[in-house]
Amino acid sequence: MTTQPSVTGSGSSGSPDPGLSPRSSQPRVITTGFLVGRVVVLGIVAALALYAVPPLIESESWLALGVVGVATLIVTYAYLSTRHVPAKYLIPGTIFLIAFQILPVLLTVSTAFTNFGDGHRGSKEDAITAIQTGSVTQVAGSPEYNLTIALRDGKLVFLLVNPTTKSVQAGTADGLSEVTGAELGITGKVLAAPGFEVLNGATAAERGKEISDLVVPTEGGAIKANGLSRAFEGKTSKRYRADCDCVTDAETGQKWVADADIGSFVDDNGQALAQGWQVNIGLANFTRVFTNNTISAHFLAVFVWNVVFALASVLTTFVLGMIVALALHSPRVRGKKTYRTFLVLPYAMPAFAMLLVWRDMFNTDFGLINRLLGTDIDWIGQPNTARFALILMNLWLGFPYMFLVTTGALQAIPKELVEASTVDGASPWQGFRRVTLPLLLVALTPLLISSFAFNFNNFNAIRLVTNGGPYAIDNASVGATDLLISYTYRVAGFDTGTADFGFAAAISVFIFAIVATISVVAFRRTRAQEEVYS
Amino acid sequence: MRIRTVGVIAVLGLALAASGCGTTDEPTATPSKDKGNGKLVIWADQKRTAALKPFADQFGKENGVTVEVKEISENQQQTFLTASQQGSGPDVMVGAHDWIGNLVQNGAIDPVQLTAAQKASFPEIALKAVSFNGQTYGAPYAIENVALIRNTELVPTAPATLDDAIKAGKELKAAKKVSEIMCLPIGQQGDAYHIYPIYSAAGGSLFGTTATGDPDPKNVTVGSAESVAAWTKLKELGEKGETALKTSISNDNAIATFAAKKCAFLVSGPWSLVDIKKTDIKYDIQAVPGFAGGKAATPFVGVQSFFVASKGKSKALAQEFVANYVTNKDVALALYNADPRPPALTAALDQVKGTDPDAGKFLEAGKGGFPMPAIPEMSAIWGPFGNAEAAVTKGGDPATAAAAAAKAIVDAIAKK
Repeated sequence: MTTQPSVTGSGSSGSPDPGLSPRSSQPRVITTGFLVGRVVVLGIVAALALYAVPPLIESESWLALGVVGVATLIVTYAYLSTRHVPAKYLIPGTIFLIAFQILPVLLTVSTAFTNFGDGHRGSKEDAITAIQTGSVTQVAGSPEYNLTIALRDGKLVFLLVNPTTKSVQAGTADGLSEVTGAELGITGKVLAAPGFEVLNGATAAERGKEISDLVVPTEGGAIKANGLSRAFEGKTSKRYRADCDCVTDAETGQKWVADADIGSFVDDNGQALAQGWQVNIGLANFTRVFTNNTISAHFLAVFVWNVVFALASVLTTFVLGMIVALALHSPRVRGKKTYRTFLVLPYAMPAFAMLLVWRDMFNTDFGLINRLLGTDIDWIGQPNTARFALILMNLWLGFPYMFLVTTGALQAIPKELVEASTVDGASPWQGFRRVTLPLLLVALTPLLISSFAFNFNNFNAIRLVTNGGPYAIDNASVGATDLLISYTYRVAGFDTGTADFGFAAAISVFIFAIVATISVVAFRRTRAQEEVYS
Repeated sequence: MRIRTVGVIAVLGLALAASGCGTTDEPTATPSKDKGNGKLVIWADQKRTAALKPFADQFGKENGVTVEVKEISENQQQTFLTASQQGSGPDVMVGAHDWIGNLVQNGAIDPVQLTAAQKASFPEIALKAVSFNGQTYGAPYAIENVALIRNTELVPTAPATLDDAIKAGKELKAAKKVSEIMCLPIGQQGDAYHIYPIYSAAGGSLFGTTATGDPDPKNVTVGSAESVAAWTKLKELGEKGETALKTSISNDNAIATFAAKKCAFLVSGPWSLVDIKKTDIKYDIQAVPGFAGGKAATPFVGVQSFFVASKGKSKALAQEFVANYVTNKDVALALYNADPRPPALTAALDQVKGTDPDAGKFLEAGKGGFPMPAIPEMSAIWGPFGNAEAAVTKGGDPATAAAAAAKAIVDAIAKK
């Protein structure tokens, strides 16, 4: 660490030497706090890096390891050197940006080009393993052996007792051999045998991996452990053959050939084995959005309602929030704090629970709303009432937020401006319309845009209250209140437990493009507006 | 001051970045020091986690290993699949048998080799449920199905047919003793699980059967003539007809409404007893009856099972636990005590019947039941079927609803 260079020929400590540039004239004062802080920061960086390394090595993720290494080096360098001051501020933000914005977007986009989903989650090797393991059956007529784990010359051996004949055999990777002189316990397990070291529960359990991996070849198939106390003789009927890149069934002779385009093993009739693997399928997910009738036919309708919902939510909450804020802003109102506390309550309650409460309030037979009104309306069972109910509910949930931000913005508007307009003869309405509102909008438009973006993807409100419904009698895939995001969720199969992540990612890319376009346009306009008013 | 703030932000940033980088490539949640040997990890839902803990600990003691039971509160199946894929999944998973098809196609579970004696200790329906492609994929421990639960104070005699039940309900409603004829959860999206007994009693079906007796996904029968007749029957019972079926009654309020004595009949499973027993209601349980002169009602039968994860780190232990430990009568009984769903083991059930007749009655009600198909194609059923159900309940045209549901199901299966 450098020390502060002595300033030559100067008695005053405060004024910088005018002959030097500001940076070199004020070298950083190294205090104890600074030193400790830096040591702690770098220590934590090093600890995190070290924590990340072993799992990455274990899983052979060399690229990720390289990224961690380079990132650590950059951070260490930036904070150890006294130069690169801007970098010290930019690095944390950049790391956040990469981790939470860029990486998810890249991952989503790359997933959109694959068939990643249920049945196609893993690699081809995983699929082959699953197919082979899934076809293991017990050899007909073979005994169900009692198993004892033992060691012979330090190597793992299965001591197998035939429960009917009580004969004992030793099983190794080379095959079976007779064991004589073994002492059997009452449960039919081997207690001791000459030349073998019998392993009891805990010591055997520690070797679980070796036990699972040991395969004892037999004439009919192979003996494998089934847990720690039993073994069975099984045979694999389906096997992968590399020469034809196919899976064959030894019993039926059926053959499934690998199809790298769809990531499945397919037989002559086009029937695929259930276990497939993940492959790149190019633009298929994107074209499906346009070519699949159930999707493209409704995309526009869903989009229109989506925009209406988001706009209506923002406008209603903003108008109500602003009116309440203006009312409470008046100096003549008493008990402001009490009012404010009550008004903020909906915002303070957990939205999840409130959504469910609202859903129950809209119930035809048991709901509070029908009881209060004395009506018999199937609120969330009809398209228009369901839409109205959603916007009403969102208004209740959202206006306190608008109330809060408007209150804040109002307090920042100088009273003199409105007073001046009154002196000039403006009516209160004119004063609000020409002075207060424009100034409010300058401050609040970015918040309104972000509120729009939030409501555009307000999955929870739709999912928990109407789940996209009501649906037309002949259409179970898209409902009258579906937003693009809730629609995506259903189309991608998350509802039913058979997920199609690749396709969901493709629709997400579309939604991303739509929201991004709207936001960019809106922000452009805001900037123009700011130039006018400021 | 400024430096300190930067330091704090840097620490946070790096911490998050490190975790961010970690999760994108490989989970950091698998510290290398533990290769899994000598440790068994079990995942279950909330209720079963508590029930399992003591037995898991006991198993750990007997085998000299540590056992960790972890609660997965939401979306267990997808969580399990994703975690398995990343290598951070459990060794043993507890779940419903109808997951099997999807878990197998993702290579997430291994077959469980049960001995002939073990197999004989389960009722046939439980074994059939956990079988898929001729393999046994799980160890069953509880059987559940819906039944007709009746408030015996309101309706003293058991109705022999569904018509009788509805008649009794209507009379009570006319006398203002109840507000609903029957509490059968439907909701705005429909509920295939709860309506299925009535749908089947009216002649409806989901799939044809293959030569081996399994459901045949290539033959969707939701739109067949017999099924349309069933949909028509549902419409007659619905909001524009008898008002015995209503979309305003859903899973969120059906049990509560019955417990508040606002309806005399509830179609639900053993889980509803927890709430009903908190009240002073006198009740009886019987199979959901069929219509007069019609077919028998066949509820879906679900079997809660233990699965061995393919990508678990302690497979030998997992197999030992699933194949040799939980198939034990005492474990089954203890699980029953923690969460009263009828045990799958015949011996355990016989013992439970002595102290709790409800368990026996539920099992009896599920005797003629239909094991929920475990084929992955079953997932295509729920949405379209539920939609058609909600539509006809509201008075929609049954033929249109059935045809649309059948088409949507066939399309969804073809996509796979």
